[in-house]
Amino acid sequence: MRRYLGRKLLIYVLTFFLAVTIDWLIPRFMPGDPVQTMLSRASLHAEAVEVMHGYYTRAFGLDVPVWRQYLNFWVAIFHGDLGTSVYLFPQPVIKIIMRAVPYDVFLLLPAILLSWFAGNWFGAFAARNKWLDNTLLPLGYILTATPYMWLGILLAWLFGVVLGIFPIAGAYSFSMRPHLSWAFIGSVVKHWFLPFASIFLVKFGGWAIGMRNMIIYELEADYSHYLEALGAPRGLIRKYAFRNAILPQITGLSLDLGVIVAGALVTEVVFSYPGIGYLILQAIQNQDYFLIQGCFLFIIIGVLLANFAIDIAYVIVDPRTRLGMVGESA
Amino acid sequence: MSLQVDNLTVYYQTLRGDVQALEGATFSIADGEIMGLAGESGCGKSTLANSLIRLVPPMRLVRGQVRLDGEVLPIDDARRMSDYRFSRVSVIPQYAMNALNPTRKVGKMMAELLGSKGVDFAATIPELKRRLDLVELSHDVLKMYPIELSGGMKQRVVMVLSTLLNPSLLIADEITSALDVSTQKAVAEMLVGFRDRGFVKSLIVITHDISILYQIADTILIMYAGQLAEKAPTDVIIRAPRHPYTKLLIASLPEVGVRYAERRLSGIPGRPPLLLDPPAGCRFRERCSVAFEKCLEAPPFVELEPGHFVACWKELGEDVDG
Ligand SMILES: Nc1ncnc2c1ncn2[C@@H]1O[C@H](COP(=O)(O)OP(=O)(O)OP(=O)(O)O)[C@@H](O)[C@H]1O
Ligand code: SF4
Ligand SMILES: [Mg+2]
Repeated sequence: MRRYLGRKLLIYVLTFFLAVTIDWLIPRFMPGDPVQTMLSRASLHAEAVEVMHGYYTRAFGLDVPVWRQYLNFWVAIFHGDLGTSVYLFPQPVIKIIMRAVPYDVFLLLPAILLSWFAGNWFGAFAARNKWLDNTLLPLGYILTATPYMWLGILLAWLFGVVLGIFPIAGAYSFSMRPHLSWAFIGSVVKHWFLPFASIFLVKFGGWAIGMRNMIIYELEADYSHYLEALGAPRGLIRKYAFRNAILPQITGLSLDLGVIVAGALVTEVVFSYPGIGYLILQAIQNQDYFLIQGCFLFIIIGVLLANFAIDIAYVIVDPRTRLGMVGESA
Repeated sequence: MSLQVDNLTVYYQTLRGDVQALEGATFSIADGEIMGLAGESGCGKSTLANSLIRLVPPMRLVRGQVRLDGEVLPIDDARRMSDYRFSRVSVIPQYAMNALNPTRKVGKMMAELLGSKGVDFAATIPELKRRLDLVELSHDVLKMYPIELSGGMKQRVVMVLSTLLNPSLLIADEITSALDVSTQKAVAEMLVGFRDRGFVKSLIVITHDISILYQIADTILIMYAGQLAEKAPTDVIIRAPRHPYTKLLIASLPEVGVRYAERRLSGIPGRPPLLLDPPAGCRFRERCSVAFEKCLEAPPFVELEPGHFVACWKELGEDVDG
């Protein structure tokens, strides 16, 4: 057990090291000089540009040899410093990210959890109901097969433009400042609903289909047939099948939870919802390499941590992994 | 008579039509009898075995009746049949190695299964432990997950569980084929032990290994292409078979102990017919060297001598006057 986790940990550390190195390379191998880009936006005199360039090069730590820059990068990471944004200069990248993350959590956590519970419940239910299986399941297939972009735009068009029930951009009304009042909370919820619903729908279809297929597979497994041959009631066979079918779904759920920090790029773009996904889009549009770098680094750390947590959780729920780690004990 | 099967006919429904895998089977098994069931691969052995305990689609009962201890079994009514399964008819499946739920401890799974059938698990524990001792399994297996057990151990766990409620009839389908030779012998001996101790009243043992049957079976039933060919005491089948197919089958064994399915029947030209659209009459006709016109009708399964049944017009003496 300890050796298994130790080995896993080593792999994660190596992955982290590699990912950070690649991430560090991004702005350095991107076309164009980020400082130049920023300066060219403000139309300044030639000498002013000269001076500013020197200043910013120092500010971004680009005036030392490359190997030093690399070391400094690591040191900064361990101080929680992801650099300074070019596009929102002089705000630190970490602060910008931290402002976006709550929106991702607020949007994705409920969407992922609710769709998981509802989808699995529905899939297990559909697996034993011919009528549901034949009518609503194709709907699930359509939902998961729909390009997400279309669904988002369709929802925005139908409920936002045609019916005018929900707003389709931002996290709250542009005319409001964040404060604690029912009106503000109402506005937040209203803005949240469509992005939430679009993610929920797509994920719901995926979970339902996955669960239904897994249950049917488990019901055809040898152990199910044996129980049937021994006259076990349907209830017991279904219970076993459900418990075994849910294991891969748990992995799926934890993978989903792990990438919450990555935001939901397409949704956030469609609904201009200010999470990490939307932030990345802006960073790219503004050629803010340091912001892109920071976002990626943040995502790398989040995903790796989540995966490690999943590994540990899986060891707890599935005896096969738990026992597989110590080898055959006959 | 423990088991009486009457004109049992079971087909598989497929898109291309009915696969006539079991046609008009009529035979019986006495109390305490261990009956071996043999025949080439695909001749319908498992179909016969499954019809007695778990007849589910695509299998379809076409006609026939099965009685156990004088009582008619509702073999095609899954709901009613489940009352008979385990307690009256039980099975050690071909896939015994994968028959246990991988995510449940063996003991817990047994408790839940017995509990769900309204049996008091706690009360059966002493007997369960006695039987584990009998098959040389440590009581610790109850606290283990199936993946912690070797193949042979899983097999024995399944043997003990399947017979725990002392069924009248136990069906063992190829339970030895995945084991090494010495384990095969041990498992076969255990089955005899179970019968001798009265854990099971009678047994159907399906195997590809005639030497196993020679060792443990009281009688042997030979099938060919979905039809019964011959049933007789083991000695008679081995030394004095009467059906032309049995004769060839036995003659093709250089010595007892060779698995006949692994070698094509030497000296029998042709292959068994496809069961999707089998020829009328005796299905062995095409390969039979003594076939004649009468063989266009299906031969009845007739008791020529006490305990010796044969389905062959030739043996019935029909060729003399026909
Ligand atoms: N699910 C099925 N659907 C259609 N046909 C089937 C099905 N299962 C078996 N059959 C056919 O029924 C016939 C009898 O099969 P069965 O499994 O009873 O043979 P068997 O004697 O047990 O063979 P083996 O020795 O290989 O186990 C075969 O011709 C097979 O092709
Ligand atoms: S009934 Fe005819 S074809 Fe069939 S085995 Fe006897 S002689 Fe041969
Ligand atoms: Mg078989």
